[in-house]
Amino acid sequence: MTATTETTGFGRVARRFDLSVVRDYGVVVAFIALFVTLSISSDVFLTQDNMKNLAFQTAPVGIIAVGGTLVFIAGGFDLSVGAISAFAGITAANAFNQTGLGLWGSMIAGALVGFAFGLGNGLLVTLGRVNPFIATLATSIIISGFGQVWTKGNLVSVSEEEFTTLGLGTLWGINYPVFVWFGFALVCGFLLSRTAFGRYVYAAGGNAEAARLSGVRVNAVRAATFCISGLAAGIAGAILVSEVGTAQWNANTGIEFDAITAIVLGGTSLLGGEGAIWRAVLGAFFLQMISNGFNLLGTAPEWQYVIKGLILAGAVSLDAWARRRRV
Amino acid sequence: MTAHIEARGVSKRFGGVQALREVDLSIERGSIHGLVGENGAGKSTLGKILAGVHRPDDGELVVDGRAVTYRSPRDALADGITIIAQEPTLVPYRSVQENVFLGVERGLVLDERRAGRRFASLVDASGIDLSGRRLAQSLPVADQQKVEILRALARDAKVVVMDEPTSALTTDEAERLFDLIRRLRDRGVTIIYVSHFLSEVLSLADTVTVLRDGRIVRTSPAAEETPERLVAGMLGRDLDLAFPDKQPVPADAPVVLSVSGLSREPSVHDVSFEVRAGEIVGLAGLIGSGRSEVARLIFGADRAGAGAVEVDGKRLRARSPRAAIRRGVVMLPEDRKREGLLMLRSVVDNITLPHLGDVSNAGVLSRRAERRRAAELVTRVDVRTRSNSAPVNTLSGGNQQKVLFAKWLFRRPRVFIADEPTRGVDVGAKRAIYELIQDLAAEGIAVLLISSEHEEVLGLAHRVLVMRAGRIVAELAEREMSEDAVLHAAFGTTAERVA
Repeated sequence: MTATTETTGFGRVARRFDLSVVRDYGVVVAFIALFVTLSISSDVFLTQDNMKNLAFQTAPVGIIAVGGTLVFIAGGFDLSVGAISAFAGITAANAFNQTGLGLWGSMIAGALVGFAFGLGNGLLVTLGRVNPFIATLATSIIISGFGQVWTKGNLVSVSEEEFTTLGLGTLWGINYPVFVWFGFALVCGFLLSRTAFGRYVYAAGGNAEAARLSGVRVNAVRAATFCISGLAAGIAGAILVSEVGTAQWNANTGIEFDAITAIVLGGTSLLGGEGAIWRAVLGAFFLQMISNGFNLLGTAPEWQYVIKGLILAGAVSLDAWARRRRV
Repeated sequence: MTAHIEARGVSKRFGGVQALREVDLSIERGSIHGLVGENGAGKSTLGKILAGVHRPDDGELVVDGRAVTYRSPRDALADGITIIAQEPTLVPYRSVQENVFLGVERGLVLDERRAGRRFASLVDASGIDLSGRRLAQSLPVADQQKVEILRALARDAKVVVMDEPTSALTTDEAERLFDLIRRLRDRGVTIIYVSHFLSEVLSLADTVTVLRDGRIVRTSPAAEETPERLVAGMLGRDLDLAFPDKQPVPADAPVVLSVSGLSREPSVHDVSFEVRAGEIVGLAGLIGSGRSEVARLIFGADRAGAGAVEVDGKRLRARSPRAAIRRGVVMLPEDRKREGLLMLRSVVDNITLPHLGDVSNAGVLSRRAERRRAAELVTRVDVRTRSNSAPVNTLSGGNQQKVLFAKWLFRRPRVFIADEPTRGVDVGAKRAIYELIQDLAAEGIAVLLISSEHEEVLGLAHRVLVMRAGRIVAELAEREMSEDAVLHAAFGTTAERVA
């Protein structure tokens, strides 16, 4: 080996290192930068009330993003979470109005319906061998349709105040949904990083064939991630219906895209095999902070979506660049 | 006659493997030039370098007396050089005609009528009988190959490199392809024909070059060669690797793995054999002869159409690798990056993946136990890594392969199947892997060893089974084992004719 080849070798390593750090921790840097900027430019931003409000507003998307992260890492994709959350809301509202399940029973019924739909997605993708994008697009349409059939297209209202306990109740001044979100994130984070199941999730998305040849039941693992994602959508749906007291088949439209944006901004790869729960939490916060910032500063709120879209495109492009360097 | 293409001192390395070493070759214009050699001798690599698919590390290419550097097949195409790969690469849902002109359409707006006339004149000139309207997808492989040839002609190819073009063809189809190749030659096209079907090369080629270990053994007129002479040329190497001494299998060693009537159409037919405890059985044969397919059937990676596998006298119905692993049957896959490793995960994660139940409590991993067991195994198989938590893509090929050995030694297996265990591994690591395989056998594990390097099989195995076209065609006991015997069985030439 000559000295020159060694130097270029190191140079290449150094460049690769830089880019992968940007990719791995870019969301942290961006999060801090935005946080500091907003703290300086707005008097309201760093107040306790605004922080609580920010967390409260993020919770439903955050929960869905946490569940979706598992699906992403296992190499899947879930577009049906918006429809599932709306259907879960209808379930919870109807259960509360028409059965003796009571407040928490109704909420849990909504969440479990989400889980069941997730299982359907999982079976369709694994045993049915349908591409996850198409499979969940199809189930999303079907689930919305069922919601419409069940409600005959009408609004389902819950008049009793008690129904809003989950959505609007507080502990130590913080809304319940925030606790649910963080609790769910902790459980999923534990599953992913500390259990055999979590290891299988990474393996299934990182190299499905190698995982299968190592004895991993790849299909079962993938299906399980869809169940968890469905459950997350169910929980989010229960929370959302409990916030407003009304359910509708087409409520929560677009929440699936917010969740996907949050996951990707956080740095979890669309290609599977890589990612983490904390990334989804941070990504969801980051996304909500942009809206919050626009509101507080009152500057050209109509530009919000443009900015969010550009940031998303930039993040994915950065990811692709870093990957190409590495291979 | 003048040289159309020349290679001068061309060398090429892939990772730890020297594929070509200072190759000098001159190919005459308007001739059919055959390249033959064993698996891994460098014949395909040479073909691909001539067509600009690979760039030589050293040496130069001279085309029409002019030194050239090709960065891509497109560059080579500008000089009229094109390659037809083993597997046709057509756009399945488009018509034959569209495929033929893909990338060389003339003008901005597609003129179907003019394209049709061009297609008709190509078909006339080449004598290929094919409708331009059919979908590429609907064609048999032989016809897809014709489309590839039309494509080459549409690009005014002066040189066509063909890499194993007949491997997917029936005898009839191959004959028609040969007629076409001869017609092309008669029109002045230079053909470089890479194949391991020796009789085919001899009947077709004007000149034949024999390669061995990345070097040219000789180039001579095809009329002076016979299949036996070619095999002798492909052989006859000094063993450049010392193999560890073989440990004899105890006479009373029980049969551990028993395979009978194993079949899966179209690649495996009625394969039966046994492996005893402590025995290393080599499975030899050409690439595509069905060796890896047999291994995958035993391991449950693919489902067998018929046949039975027994381990320790008990039937193993492996619907999945998971079932096989439970019974102590493990496999080191042929392609470690695609089938073996999670490239972005750590050495530890890769080793423990199949055994997480052993290092966890109620599904919760014990990181300490995991790291400790992995560290023991890393030491045992001697993986050289700066850290056990480093992703495996930072390791060399040999060390990656050792990680796979470590993975399957976590729990002592009963049957160890190693498919190409030293592919893409440097010489030093090869020796270490040989010793590992022998250690496994010495512990009483039944080993099935698949390798395209015949010397490896001969150097390690107690017994060799040779496969050809999905069947076991020869079983060689230790005293009958020689490269000559393996090659003759693998190629289907008879040893009698050598004398």
